[in-house]
Amino acid sequence: MNDHNISLGRAQESVLATNKVLKNTYALLSMTLIFSGLMAFVGVSINLGHGAALIASIAAIAMLWFVLPRTANSAAGIPVIFAITGLLGLGLGPVLNHYLAVNSDIVMTALGGTGVIFLGLSGYALTTRKDFSFMAGFLMVGMFVVLGAALLNIFLEIPMLFLAVNAAIVMIMSGLILFETSSIIHGGETNYIMATASLFLSILNLFQALLHLLGAFSNND
Amino acid sequence: MDWVKIGSALFLLAMLVFIFPRMKQALENAPKGNMQDWMSFIVPLAAVIGFVILLLMMV
Repeated sequence: MNDHNISLGRAQESVLATNKVLKNTYALLSMTLIFSGLMAFVGVSINLGHGAALIASIAAIAMLWFVLPRTANSAAGIPVIFAITGLLGLGLGPVLNHYLAVNSDIVMTALGGTGVIFLGLSGYALTTRKDFSFMAGFLMVGMFVVLGAALLNIFLEIPMLFLAVNAAIVMIMSGLILFETSSIIHGGETNYIMATASLFLSILNLFQALLHLLGAFSNND
Repeated sequence: MDWVKIGSALFLLAMLVFIFPRMKQALENAPKGNMQDWMSFIVPLAAVIGFVILLLMMV
């Protein structure tokens, strides 16, 4: 009886801890998305060049790889995640400027589409409570292939390959949203700062890929 | 070729190098999914694809 009570207590503690990670992740994700949006607005306003945007993105990814893992378990992780998301938002400036000049509706549609996909997939993972950990290998291979194709297309500049890469990014990022949300639910990810970083990158890549697809299929481009 | 393209290429190359060991680890250690597991992924993915096609038809 006592053992039963102890295991029930542990299960309750685990559920409470998971809910706390989930709540903190969504709170931090909302704040970083707003901050990143503001920085993207700054990037658009000052007409940031492609070179500066690339430097901002490289700095953000370098911080994500080398600084965030060392600071994510302390309060120092909060300013680091804001710096990363701010730099990535700033890096969106030239792309947004291009599409705003072509057709501003594209940007709003991509933004709304990203929101609907993220909320829909998160809702699906939260309500079904399905464990998507089996997708880890598939998603990593997909990401590797897409990065390789994107690298190749910098030199080849094939429009169809560009579209295929962006369509693949939409699917892989959708899978990553399911994977990361399920990882939080099942205790695989217990650090809300790392979970926020992962979900933020999925949302950002999803938004950019949708923007490119909508831009390619719109009548104005 | 301008330096932004070279920078982007180097950036993507660095990401490939960074991802490769993680990919290998994920392939070796991730649990294998059965048919039912994959269906639970394919259904929402099909919904996403349908939604994106709808968005593309709207613009």
